[in-house]
Amino acid sequence: MSTQIIVEQPDSTAAPIARRLAAQHDSLWVKYSLISLTLAFCTLFLILPLAVVLTEASAKGFAAYRQALVNPDTLSAIRLTLLTALITVPLNTVFGISAAWLITRFKFPGRSFLTTLIDLPFSVSPVISGLVFVLMFGAQGWLGAWVSTYDLKVIFAIPGIVLATLFVTFPFVARELIPLMQEIGKEEEEAALSLGASGWQTFLRITLPNIKWGLLYGVLLCNARAMGEFGAVSVVSGHIRGLTNTLPLHVEANYNEYNFAGAFASASILAALALVTLVLKTLLEWRQAQNRR
Amino acid sequence: MQLTKHFVWLWLAVIVTASPAGFAERTLLNVSYDPTRELYQAYNVEFTKYWQAKTGETVSIQQSHGGAGKQARAVIDGLDADVLTLAISYDIDKIAATAKLLPANWQARLPNNSLPYTSTMVFLVRKGNPLHIQNWDDLIKPGVAVVTPNPKTSGGARYNYLAAWIFAKKKYGSEDAAKDFIKKLYKNVPVLDSGARGATTTFLQRGIGDVLLTWENEAYLAIKEAAPDSVEIVVQPQSILAETPVAVVDTVVDKKGTRDLAEAYLEYLYSPVGQTLAAKHHYRPAKPELVDPKLLADFPKLELFKVNDEFGSWANVQKQHFDDGAIFDRIYGQ
Repeated sequence: MSTQIIVEQPDSTAAPIARRLAAQHDSLWVKYSLISLTLAFCTLFLILPLAVVLTEASAKGFAAYRQALVNPDTLSAIRLTLLTALITVPLNTVFGISAAWLITRFKFPGRSFLTTLIDLPFSVSPVISGLVFVLMFGAQGWLGAWVSTYDLKVIFAIPGIVLATLFVTFPFVARELIPLMQEIGKEEEEAALSLGASGWQTFLRITLPNIKWGLLYGVLLCNARAMGEFGAVSVVSGHIRGLTNTLPLHVEANYNEYNFAGAFASASILAALALVTLVLKTLLEWRQAQNRR
Repeated sequence: MQLTKHFVWLWLAVIVTASPAGFAERTLLNVSYDPTRELYQAYNVEFTKYWQAKTGETVSIQQSHGGAGKQARAVIDGLDADVLTLAISYDIDKIAATAKLLPANWQARLPNNSLPYTSTMVFLVRKGNPLHIQNWDDLIKPGVAVVTPNPKTSGGARYNYLAAWIFAKKKYGSEDAAKDFIKKLYKNVPVLDSGARGATTTFLQRGIGDVLLTWENEAYLAIKEAAPDSVEIVVQPQSILAETPVAVVDTVVDKKGTRDLAEAYLEYLYSPVGQTLAAKHHYRPAKPELVDPKLLADFPKLELFKVNDEFGSWANVQKQHFDDGAIFDRIYGQ
């Protein structure tokens, strides 16, 4: 009897295992059609447009491409775009962490209202985001008289561009961190505090390592939008060539001047900046993996 | 921690180097409308050379371009323009009236009503003119697609509209007939761009429409830059005189201490150099006697009607035709 059972055992389980395997894996047909669909989609909407940018940029030869890039107006647009990102991204990182910390670690009246408020820049059109600053700091705006008494330049100058970008990119970091910190919970932090760590130590040693990847992702998204923002910046910029044109605005200006090589050259720089941030992320991930070993 | 400190220093260093350094030299901001980009790019080079030779001072001229109405709005909202070179006197009137940045009589301060150059509106059609578009009547035939920008935001579009109105009123004899003609014309407009340059792009790059109504200078530029062998110009014997005025913005130049520079900048437009550049870019110079006659050969002799003669004033035009609920809204909405 006992031998029979031993023999029977594999037989009786073989069929369910096969069925279970079949349930876990899609049929080959589904698998390959999904893969080819994704590939086709990526090619059509990601790779082809990128290829168009690069071929159009180099359509008039490498010399023309270089010429378009060393043009003082292009250089100034690159500088302004980097400057804007360098100011807004760190500020919004600090804002984002503080907001996420406040919302997930404390209970207070109006908490859910605050969460909705943080999302506001996502839900209004960028044109409105720009226009509010014109209505506030413009010569006819609410604070217009005050601004002009002190001879400050806000809109149609760099501060306005930074403010509008700050507004538009505000939610990115906080939006990444809030669900993550809610999921992690506060037990580890409470443990650290009860063992005598200071608040700052707790943040650096416990919270930050836990939220690191979410934070990084939020910062990358924030950076991409800060460099690429068109609508809000267009409203407050004043479009002064070589002074208040960011890269996206410079691309449009060049396109409107029939300078297609210049437009696409600037666009390729914008794309390259995005790629640099991606490479940075990969580098950080790689370094992290090295440290773990 | 060490790494963080390095990052902070690096960040500060980059911000400081990336910030634009304070200009030691005086700068002038010229706020202009859409199609003048190429003219002022060339003119600014000539003017800075002239000013350097005359005074020894190096100055830099900054440009801002966009739809005329939008640009006027930006100046009212605080864009610090030293000089305005706009498409329609009404836009500068509005700046004078709303923001009080210059006196109401600004147009009397420079020669020829502050018009260093003028222009007119022409038809740009596909090469060989396959639909045989010769005059305004051909534009209202069924199946002809006409590209013109939105007269509420674009100066050029207002001239297009008014040119059509003048044509119809003169030919058919009454305001009602003109209204009817305009209604038929805008039935044939598939898309209203916000500015002249946008409409040109729609017509040339996107291939929409059979005829583009645009500035004479914009049509020549389009042929030269974008489509030498695919479009041609059709000129009407009668059209509208597009008066494109310039002005110094008193409040701004007094605050920035640039009055002498701004005034010289606009006066130099009336010099042989300025007039020649205008003609080269297909603007009709105010003083053609200063320009090589060969350059004037491209301008056909036309009968050009003035807005003030036909409609009284721009304020009238605005109230009757382009304000909210006025004639354009009523016909375009139907």
